[in-house]
Amino acid sequence: MEVTAMHFKRKATEKLNDENLQQALKKLQSRFVDSRATALAELPNFPEIRDAAAAIRERVIRNLDGYLLRFEQEAAARGAVVHWAEDIEDANRLVVEIARLHGVRKVVKSKSMVTEECGLNDYLASVGVEVLETDLGEYILQLAHEPPSHIVAPVVHKSKEEIADLFEEKHGRPRTTQIAEMCREAREVLRPGFLSADMGISGANFLIAETGSVLIVTNEGNGRLTTTLPRVHVAITGIEKVVPTLEDASTLLRLLPRSATGQSITNYVSVLTGVRGKDEADGPEHFHVILLDNGRSRLLGTELQPMLRCIRCGACMNHCPVYQNIGGHAYGWVYPGPMGSVLTPAFVGLENAIDLPNASTFCGECAVVCPVKIPLPDLMRHLRHLQVERDLRPWGERAALRLWSWAAQHPAVYAMFTRVAARLLHRLGGKKKYLRHLMGASGWTRGRDMPAPSGRTFRELYQTRRAS
Amino acid sequence: MSARENILARIGKARASSIAADVDGEIRRHQRGPIPPLAGDLVKRFGERAANLASDVAQARTITEVPGLVARYLSERQLPRQGVCWPALAPYGWQSAGIELQTRAARGDDLVGVTGAFAGIAETGTLMLLSGPETPATVSLLPETHVAVIEAERIVATMEQAWDRLRVERGALPRAVNFVSGPSRTADIEQTVTLGAHGPYRVLIIIVG
Repeated sequence: MEVTAMHFKRKATEKLNDENLQQALKKLQSRFVDSRATALAELPNFPEIRDAAAAIRERVIRNLDGYLLRFEQEAAARGAVVHWAEDIEDANRLVVEIARLHGVRKVVKSKSMVTEECGLNDYLASVGVEVLETDLGEYILQLAHEPPSHIVAPVVHKSKEEIADLFEEKHGRPRTTQIAEMCREAREVLRPGFLSADMGISGANFLIAETGSVLIVTNEGNGRLTTTLPRVHVAITGIEKVVPTLEDASTLLRLLPRSATGQSITNYVSVLTGVRGKDEADGPEHFHVILLDNGRSRLLGTELQPMLRCIRCGACMNHCPVYQNIGGHAYGWVYPGPMGSVLTPAFVGLENAIDLPNASTFCGECAVVCPVKIPLPDLMRHLRHLQVERDLRPWGERAALRLWSWAAQHPAVYAMFTRVAARLLHRLGGKKKYLRHLMGASGWTRGRDMPAPSGRTFRELYQTRRAS
Repeated sequence: MSARENILARIGKARASSIAADVDGEIRRHQRGPIPPLAGDLVKRFGERAANLASDVAQARTITEVPGLVARYLSERQLPRQGVCWPALAPYGWQSAGIELQTRAARGDDLVGVTGAFAGIAETGTLMLLSGPETPATVSLLPETHVAVIEAERIVATMEQAWDRLRVERGALPRAVNFVSGPSRTADIEQTVTLGAHGPYRVLIIIVG
């Protein structure tokens, strides 16, 4: 997917002024935040489960090669073919090679953020392979030629009216805004796709090292159809998604759906191992797993290593006051919200995503809700540190900081400057004692008035008090 | 160097400890995480949780009562009485209850699918279905109505207990283990939950015994 993270500031402003989006985001907040809280209240031992979940992910990340090799060995023993991809070019090429090998013309896909990383749909289309997204949200986005704006609810930014217009145009059926009817319509349009596809492409929520299995959670059933009906199944996922055992997966499953959508479990959890047996009437005949690195292994041994624990629940973005106000598109790549503010700079380069680590109020809610205890504010702070260290911030900001740093080291200058500023602002505050506009801080004063200083600085007041 | 070698080399180089963990030993231990406390009768809890997830739940004393229950369920909802079922469930007098079932994998236009279940998980009200020659995965997936028949003694507390049972009874995993928790659903349009996305619109669970 094309990276547009460098335009964050401009796009965030646009999104703040987008009435439709603001309406949509309000619903997201009440639904996901409240349902998560309710679902987690069911677990009296939630803190222990969360500790265990974080420990499982940490153990895997520390010994990633061992678990990946065991996964590969077990998967191969059951007839799956495991491929390794360094980057998105590798992954896309592998998918096309697999498609050619099995004479594939038509592909159905279930939702996968890793294939969004790869821009796989456009790539397949460019080599003449027809791809149909089957998750309702992703299908709508495919029709609209738009990227997802949330990793769990990809079309959260669109209203039912917009979707109804799109369906009317693309399906040629009478327009309806009844959501149940719209879902039925999409089901009827997509069903023939499932039945006629040669290949299904899915992601993986977890890879089970013990059994060589791919675990997928879905609600719609499209994940099951994608991995059951076509004769070829390709699962693409990041190398960090492996977990040791079925028991470990069960622990993580107590938290993943609850953190994501507030469900105690998703409608479907499928554990897929190997290919169709010789007497079996359904299931794929060929099963390929592509393990994508694309920058992940570079995070090992660095300050950002804890990010690899992420299980992609989206709780950090649902609870983030910045995401809640601007939605996902402003972040400019696959992963929005706090997790994206760490992953995007880590994967596409800090210089290409300069504002993302700063797109946070540091309220800390993302770390509080993370089911695997990723210290997201610490990681963003680390990236801010790197930005300054590498001189990546804009020159104005750097110059201002240098000036401030110089003044702070010269108390007499500092005292004089603050004295002048306090008096000036006091004057400007007038009778109301509020400043409606402040040069250089218009972003701040657009939403609120700034209380004017009383006219004397802290140092002056302090000295007066000591003297008396 | 291949992508595989490059990736593994980078991971090995970054590892803090020079000694790799005993991966196989750790896996063999199958250590369980903390389990949430589950009070009360498992079968009752299973039924309640399943109903909360929008499954319809019925009780039968013996398997011979099942076709009658299914017939009533279908006629109350004015649903068709033709469908497919797993071979193990074929001999229970469906015809005399007025239901016509074929024993085979499901096709896109089948409207009712009747399956058994390997286990029921009381913690979440979830069915655990194993794929196989006698238990095709499509029967619980393609039809608009899924009927699952589960013996009460196959209801366990947690997913972990179900894995243990699977290891004891089957050894290896089948091609697909499908955990099913109610009818398929989507909330992609305006976060409004709608039942019947791509899979069944309704799930009837009949607990036998």
